[in-house]
Amino acid sequence: MRAYIGRRLLALIPTLFFASLIVFISMRLIPGDVIDLMLAQNDIVTGQDRAKIEAALGLDQPVYIQYFRWIGDAVTGDLGDSLWQNVPVTDQLMASLPITFELGLLALIVALSVAVPIGVYSAMRQDTAGDYVARSFSLIMLAIPSFWLGTLVMVFPSVWWRWAPELEYTPFFEDPITNLKHMIVPAILLGLSMSAVTMRMTRTMMLEVMRQDYIRTARAKGVGEKLLVVRHALRNGLIPVVTLIGLQAPLLIGGAVILEQIFVVPGMGLLLLEAVFQRDYPVISGVFLVVGVGVLVINLLVDLSYGWLDPKVRHE
Amino acid sequence: MSELIVDAVLPAVRKRSAFVAFNIRLIREKPLGAVGGAVFLLFMFCGIFANFLAPFEMNYTDLTQRLQPPSWAFPFGTDHLGRDVLSRVLIGAQISMIVSFLAAGLATVISIVVGVISGYFGGKPDMVIQRGVDAWMTFPDLVLLIVVVSIVGPGIPQIVVVLGLLYGIAGSRIVRGAVVSVKENMYIHASLSIGAPTFHVMRKHVLPNIMPVVIVLFTTRIGAVILAEAGLSFLGLGVPPPAPTWGSMLSGTGRTYMYLGPWLALAPGLCITAVVYAVNIYGDALRDLLDPRMRGSQ
Repeated sequence: MRAYIGRRLLALIPTLFFASLIVFISMRLIPGDVIDLMLAQNDIVTGQDRAKIEAALGLDQPVYIQYFRWIGDAVTGDLGDSLWQNVPVTDQLMASLPITFELGLLALIVALSVAVPIGVYSAMRQDTAGDYVARSFSLIMLAIPSFWLGTLVMVFPSVWWRWAPELEYTPFFEDPITNLKHMIVPAILLGLSMSAVTMRMTRTMMLEVMRQDYIRTARAKGVGEKLLVVRHALRNGLIPVVTLIGLQAPLLIGGAVILEQIFVVPGMGLLLLEAVFQRDYPVISGVFLVVGVGVLVINLLVDLSYGWLDPKVRHE
Repeated sequence: MSELIVDAVLPAVRKRSAFVAFNIRLIREKPLGAVGGAVFLLFMFCGIFANFLAPFEMNYTDLTQRLQPPSWAFPFGTDHLGRDVLSRVLIGAQISMIVSFLAAGLATVISIVVGVISGYFGGKPDMVIQRGVDAWMTFPDLVLLIVVVSIVGPGIPQIVVVLGLLYGIAGSRIVRGAVVSVKENMYIHASLSIGAPTFHVMRKHVLPNIMPVVIVLFTTRIGAVILAEAGLSFLGLGVPPPAPTWGSMLSGTGRTYMYLGPWLALAPGLCITAVVYAVNIYGDALRDLLDPRMRGSQ
């Protein structure tokens, strides 16, 4: 297991390097006139201020030095200051990261509790009407944009029943009930859109597993259908589904951006959008970097749990 | 002379009859996929002839007709400025089609170039390219799009290039996989052993054999691009106003009026869902018919 962890960690390095390069290059592509725009918006015209901003963006150094300085700072947790709010980007990230994490976790719970039972049912009743309904549901969920679902949830209940989703954020540790009341609607929507792919995967895996010899053996020795599914088939069938959770991490964060905006959840997505509209580039690149690293870490954890769940993977 | 004409025309006729035969097979074996294809064609038709089909000019405002519910005169109702929603949805279809075909086309070209180079040459270039692709795919689509748009600004050309790049690099992995398996065939070795140049082998032997994968990739990318463009426009980072895109019709100032006119929230979202659903089931059917190996994958 230790060797497996070591291999996984080593494999992460090149990807991490390229990912940081993508973030860095995107920052360098910021058009020069943005500085002019910032100066204009701030009513500052002196050349000294221009130099200051250039220095703040690190534009006064050779490119490779800029990269190493930036990466060195990033590793020590210094991502610069927000251009408009005058607070360290790290502080803003620290405040918003747990919120997106909570939203993602809730969505994951929703997704799994919807997708796994339906996927198993669909596989057990392959090619029946129930199977078709379940599969159509998943295909439709893949086609519905989350922002439309969010809009419908905002508009129709309030028109019909005078009920509107909560839109004010309360920290979880201050008042968990109010917090969950706010988070649950976006979490359900995000979870539903995630459940589509997970359901398809669960169905495919269960179909594959149910055809294996050991299942036939278990049946032959008289194991009941329910026990067969829960104890024998599901255990093996769900292993690839764990990987899928890792693959869906980007989807989860991407979907969170839109839903955070609709439901005013002050997470990373909202932070990113606000930064984009204010052209707050240190914040944009900070979110960009943290999201990338976050996805890589989730994938690493998924890989490790995969190795732990399935001994075959470890000894490859 | 007549033989010459036959020689010239015959391949085209054969190609056409193969196309017809394929569509008959599609209708017979995958009726649902054929329906999806038909619905998609319908949207394409609406997009191409939007200017003729739309009963009103897209920005024609009639303040006496504000927030009218759906009726014979305005099948999808009117918005807060008295603009006909049907006309705007039709023009929206046009924008969606233009962006999706251009971006999916660009994405496919990028996928082919990157995928063929990476898969055909293998070794070190393959490794470097693939780690780059890994890193690229680490970032969530929407986050990457938002960041890039924040740099290049909103607008149709930017959106097309950004979406093309995004899905092109991600799709190169699938093309690479196909190239790696085609490369091992005897006819490739045979062609190389008689001294055919690399580019010739790629163009004449590799490319035709990965075409099924490429066609399926292009089709599924269309759905993805429509969704992504709608999401960006919804956030105000896509096609800038006054162009009525499906995504932007659900956002901005129109949003506050949805409580007075809930029909405003329906048409654009239904269009997005219908066209993406249609193109997805059509893509699935194409994949099953053209490339059985990809069956069951996403």
